[in-house]
Amino acid sequence: MAVAELKFVTKSYGPVRALRGVDLTIDAGEILALLGPNGAGKTTAVRILLGLTEATSGRASVFGYEPSSMDARVRRGAMLQIGKVPETIKVREHIELFSAYYPNPMSMAQIVAAAGLQGIENRLFGELSGGQKQRVLFALAICGNPQLLCLDEPTVGLDVEARRALWRSIRAFQARGGSVLLTTHYLDEADALANRIAVIAEGRIVAQGTPAEIKRRGDAEDLEDAFLAIMSETQNTLEEVL
Amino acid sequence: MTRILFLEAKTEFLKLLRMRAYVTFTLLFPLMFYCFFGLAMSTQSAGHFPPMSRYLLATYGAFAVMGVTLYAFGVGVAVERGLGWLQLKRASPMPAAAYFFAKFAVSLAFSAIVVAALFGLGAGFGGVRMPLTQWLALYVTLLAGGAPFCALGLIIGSLAGPNSASPTVNLIYLPMSICSGLWMPLPFLPHAMQSIAPLLPSYHLAQLALSVMNAPSQGTPFDHLQALAGFTFLFAGIAWFAHARESEKMYG
Repeated sequence: MAVAELKFVTKSYGPVRALRGVDLTIDAGEILALLGPNGAGKTTAVRILLGLTEATSGRASVFGYEPSSMDARVRRGAMLQIGKVPETIKVREHIELFSAYYPNPMSMAQIVAAAGLQGIENRLFGELSGGQKQRVLFALAICGNPQLLCLDEPTVGLDVEARRALWRSIRAFQARGGSVLLTTHYLDEADALANRIAVIAEGRIVAQGTPAEIKRRGDAEDLEDAFLAIMSETQNTLEEVL
Repeated sequence: MTRILFLEAKTEFLKLLRMRAYVTFTLLFPLMFYCFFGLAMSTQSAGHFPPMSRYLLATYGAFAVMGVTLYAFGVGVAVERGLGWLQLKRASPMPAAAYFFAKFAVSLAFSAIVVAALFGLGAGFGGVRMPLTQWLALYVTLLAGGAPFCALGLIIGSLAGPNSASPTVNLIYLPMSICSGLWMPLPFLPHAMQSIAPLLPSYHLAQLALSVMNAPSQGTPFDHLQALAGFTFLFAGIAWFAHARESEKMYG
C-alpha cells in the first residue's frame, strides 16, 4: 500500500524545470532512497511531499491527503537542510515544543532513547556537535509518532560514526513500522539503508528498483559504478532527444 | 491549542533572553541612555521645560518598546525564514498563528520588563512623581504603542535577508528614534528634524505618552492615537503583501 505518491509531477521555477514528470510511490514500511546528483530535483520532490511548495502540474498525496493538509502533517515527520536552528534553546525545550504540535507524541524518554540524546537533553542547541545537532533534528522529526519520515540529506557533513548512529535510528524507526523517504547523494547510504532506490536526474526518475536491481541495471558490482553507468546512459538519451 | 501557544511563547522568550546581543541592545541600551541623559542631566532643566528625568521617561519608554519589538519581529522572522527553520515548522502541524503569536507575546513581555525598569529608575533616582493611575496609563500607552512596530518588524522580517535584517533594523530604528525626539527632546533638535518627526510613528507614540503624563506635548492625544492606528493598518497591509509575495517565492 502506498503511503505517499507523486503522479506525473512537474515543477518549474520560472524558466527552470526542476521536475519534468516524476512518478514516485513510497510503500508502507519501506525505506525509499531518492538518489541523484546535486540539482537533480531531490529536494524539490521532498518539498512537494511536505506541502512546502506546490507542483506545477500532476498530483501529490500523503496518506491520500493533500501534502499541506493538517491530516498529512500530523502523520509525517521531516528533516530538512536547515542553515540555522535557534541556538539558545535547550534540546529538551525544542523537543517539548515540537511534541506539543502532535496529537499523540512519544514520551520524552522514548524520543531521547530513539534519537540517542541521552546526556545532552539540557544542553543548548548551539553547544552541540554536528552529529548531535542532526540527532536533535531527527528527534523533532519522530517526536510526533509519525508514520512517514521525509529526510532530506540527513547525514550531509557528518563523520562516519555520527552517520552510522543516525542510520541505526532510521532502521529502528522502520522496525517500528514506519516508512521513510530519504534523499541522499551518498551511494553507500542508499545501499545500506534502502529497500528500494529511485535514481533521479535532471528532474526525471531514470531508474528504480532494489539496490540489487539497480546494480544489475547498471551492469555493475557496486552501486557507484551502476550509478555512473545509469547517469551516462541518461546523458546519451537526453542528447539523442535534443 | 492553548498549550501550543504557551509553549511557543515560552520557548521564544527563553531564546531571546539567552541571546546576549538581544538583551544588550534592547534592554540595557535604553536603560543606560536614560541614566546618561535622563538622570545625569536631570538638573539642567531649561526654563519652562520639565526635568529631563520626567520628559525622557516617556520618550525612552517609546524607544525601548520600539527596539524590543523591531528586533523580535524583524530580525527573528528574517533569520528563521531565510535559513530554513520556519519551513520545518510549516511542514509540521504547528498552527501558523502560533508562530506570530509567540513573537507578539514576547515583544509585549520584554516591553513590559524594560518599561517597568525605566519607571523604577525614574521614580527611584530621577524624582519622578505621579499618581498611580497616571503611572498605569503611561505603562499601558507605551505597551500598546508597540503595535505599529510589530507590523513594521514583520515587513522587515518578510523582505530582509537573514544577514541584512539586523543592519536594516538598526538603519530604521536609530535614525527614527533620534528624529522623533526620543533621545533628545524635540525642541533641542535642528528644524529639519523637527519637521519630519510627524511623519514617523515613534513621534506620535512619544507625544501620546508625554500627554498622558501631562508633560508638554505637541498636538492632541486624539491626533496621535489616530496616527498610530493609521500606521498600524498601513504597516500591517504592507506586511501582508510582503509576506504573501515572499511565501510565493519560497513555497510556490
